[in-house]
Amino acid sequence: MTTATDTISAGHHEAESHGGSYLDRKGVLSWIFTLDHKRIGLMYLGAVSLFFLIAGLLAVAVRYELMTAAPDLVDGNTYNKLFTLHGAIMVFLVIIPSIPASLGNFVLPLMLGAKDVAFPRLNLLSLWIYFFGASFMVYSILDKGLDTGWTFYTPYSTSTSTAVISATTGAFILGFSSILTGLNFIVTIHKMRAPGVTWTRLPLFLWAIYSTSVIQVLATPVLAITLLLLIIERTLGIGIFDPAMGGDPVLFQHFFWFYSHPAVYIMILPGFGVISELVTVHSRKHIFGYKAIALSSLAIAIISFLVWGHHMFVSGQSELASAIFSFLTFAVAVPTAIKVFSWVATLYKGSIHYNTPMCYALVFLFLFTIGGLTGIFLGTLSTDVHLHDTYFVVAHFHYVMMGGTLIAFVGGLFHWWPKMTGKMYSEFAGKLSALLVFIGFNLTFFPQFIMGSQGMPRRYHEYLPQYQTYHLWSSIGSFVLAAGLFIAGGALFFSLFGSRKAEKNPWGGISLEWETTTPPHEHNFHGQPAVNCGPYDFPEIDHTQEKAHA
Amino acid sequence: MSTSSHAPAAHGHDAHGHGEHPKFLAHHFYTPEQQLTSAKLGMWLFLAQEILFFGGVFMAYIALRFFYPGTFLAAHEHLNKLAGAANTIILLTSSLTMALAVRAAQVGNKKSLINNLIWTILFACAFMVIKYFEYSAKFEHGYLPGKYYHGHGIEGAPHVFFGLYFTMTGLHGLHVLIGIGVLAWVLIRASKDEFGPQFYAPVENVGLYWHLVDLIWIFLFPLLYLVR
Ligand SMILES: [Cu+2]
Repeated sequence: MTTATDTISAGHHEAESHGGSYLDRKGVLSWIFTLDHKRIGLMYLGAVSLFFLIAGLLAVAVRYELMTAAPDLVDGNTYNKLFTLHGAIMVFLVIIPSIPASLGNFVLPLMLGAKDVAFPRLNLLSLWIYFFGASFMVYSILDKGLDTGWTFYTPYSTSTSTAVISATTGAFILGFSSILTGLNFIVTIHKMRAPGVTWTRLPLFLWAIYSTSVIQVLATPVLAITLLLLIIERTLGIGIFDPAMGGDPVLFQHFFWFYSHPAVYIMILPGFGVISELVTVHSRKHIFGYKAIALSSLAIAIISFLVWGHHMFVSGQSELASAIFSFLTFAVAVPTAIKVFSWVATLYKGSIHYNTPMCYALVFLFLFTIGGLTGIFLGTLSTDVHLHDTYFVVAHFHYVMMGGTLIAFVGGLFHWWPKMTGKMYSEFAGKLSALLVFIGFNLTFFPQFIMGSQGMPRRYHEYLPQYQTYHLWSSIGSFVLAAGLFIAGGALFFSLFGSRKAEKNPWGGISLEWETTTPPHEHNFHGQPAVNCGPYDFPEIDHTQEKAHA
Repeated sequence: MSTSSHAPAAHGHDAHGHGEHPKFLAHHFYTPEQQLTSAKLGMWLFLAQEILFFGGVFMAYIALRFFYPGTFLAAHEHLNKLAGAANTIILLTSSLTMALAVRAAQVGNKKSLINNLIWTILFACAFMVIKYFEYSAKFEHGYLPGKYYHGHGIEGAPHVFFGLYFTMTGLHGLHVLIGIGVLAWVLIRASKDEFGPQFYAPVENVGLYWHLVDLIWIFLFPLLYLVR
């Protein structure tokens, strides 16, 4: 049997003679000016985690306020600022860069068998731009706050006195970071593959990152111009989006969602990619429907550009347009369902290891399925008119964005953590966190489906007493969820100071990132690796039978 | 056992100064060809995002012209068509000199490369000078964008037209300025003898960028100056 495992032995001898890891060099400057994709990935990870903590605490504050029907903790304006900052930070500073910029940066060149991304300096630049844009956003928090929601709808965003300009400037700058990262990854996947890493031997994580990058490069500039036009409208009043100056606020919504719907796939597709890795590696079974999963990522990326109008069913767009957008929205469900079925089929009769990454993958499957299915309710014209701007929408997008992307992110972090840091975490703490997250998440957001369907509108800090029970459960759930995430973070953080060293390949993965030393050498591999089998042809799989099937 | 092909040149991290790893070749690439095609693909992707960026303003133009057809017709008469036409010719010519510069880099003709780059920069500056005079004339008549508009004699919503005019030409002008910057950077590198038939990706990429800047103007000119 000739598999990629042969490279292990070849690379191994050299590893012992060279030694060293990418973490060896010390000093702040060695980080700030590093061109190493692994270090850049770690810095993204640190920043994303920090902002996740901040935005998460904002969410807990919001839930704390909503425990009672009356406004008690904060007044209306403060409440608006709280949820706006929660949304804006989560979307622009956490979810969008979470998987691609941190895990992707770290793993992508390793999986390709490359020494680095195609443009290492551009990679560092996009990290700096991220920090710069993020500080603009944080500045807007400290300056005058922001109360427009993360969507910046006109005419409110052109008239409110809060820091719209600095926040949108921040998002504008962050967009560059996102574009450059996407561009870098596309070129890297095209040009930096090691011998034998053909397109059909690309780990599915990379197919997902590739599709994400395509959207990042093609959709983000539209957000950039939208926000720039919004800034120009606010400062010069040129009458594009502001009805008072002769503009059209619905035009803003078209512009905004032309980016922001594809952006939800920038957020979720990398999560799909992580789950494809987790379910196959931790069930020791070849992925079911490799090509279907790979191509459905691309299909989703393409369709995602054609569905933005489903955010505007009640904004006065024509009924014909709404019907077409509704139909196209349903079309997204097809490639998405292909993925979910393939993951479940992969698990079927696999030898499932119930370790932390797998637990998070199962949490993902459960939550994302609910999130995806409730999306169909919202894509349906007649039900959306009723559910629009209610807690049903809030619950839906949290099930996909948090239950999908962020759960996949945490699962992926547990999966690649040993490779990144060389340390093993406590499985018990990891699994406990997955359990608490699962319970807490459902407790938080499932009641929101119910009260949303009963008419509880989003973005209000006080409400009718009839919703009291649901809100109370939801708030209690959010505390459990927060506890679960703190335990997850703690399990990872404290492993750094623990003595449990990770093996080179703790999960028995055979994609190339597991073939290098742990933690990897500065230049990833000693010599150029090469592969001659797929990323999921695990040694214990009976290949003769596989061939008989094919 | 065909795995792990350890070609000697493949030891990238200690290959600097190695005979098979020339100076211009970054350590993480294996061949000059890989580096060149990566750079070109990266540039094309960058151009794709530029097109979508400008696509946004063109979309805004379509919507606003649809809302205010009369205003656009009336207001555009106050733009200087001669200056616009001159700038079109200037940019087209600069694209020719740029193409010649790329060609010169590819065949290793340093003198021609430097001359053509200088011509391209001069044309770009000429474009900006004409733009400067156009803008000053607009400011004098009070044809300012949006709420600062205080001109007279144009029916409808001229503040919208001039808002769009300044937004579109301003964004384009910014790209011309950036173009001058990167052209100067390539010029400096060219004078240091960095380019030749082996390595000319920066020249080619700046050329691609410059052609796009030119192309966008080709659309802006009729849309703003030649409304019918
Ligand atoms: Cu959408």
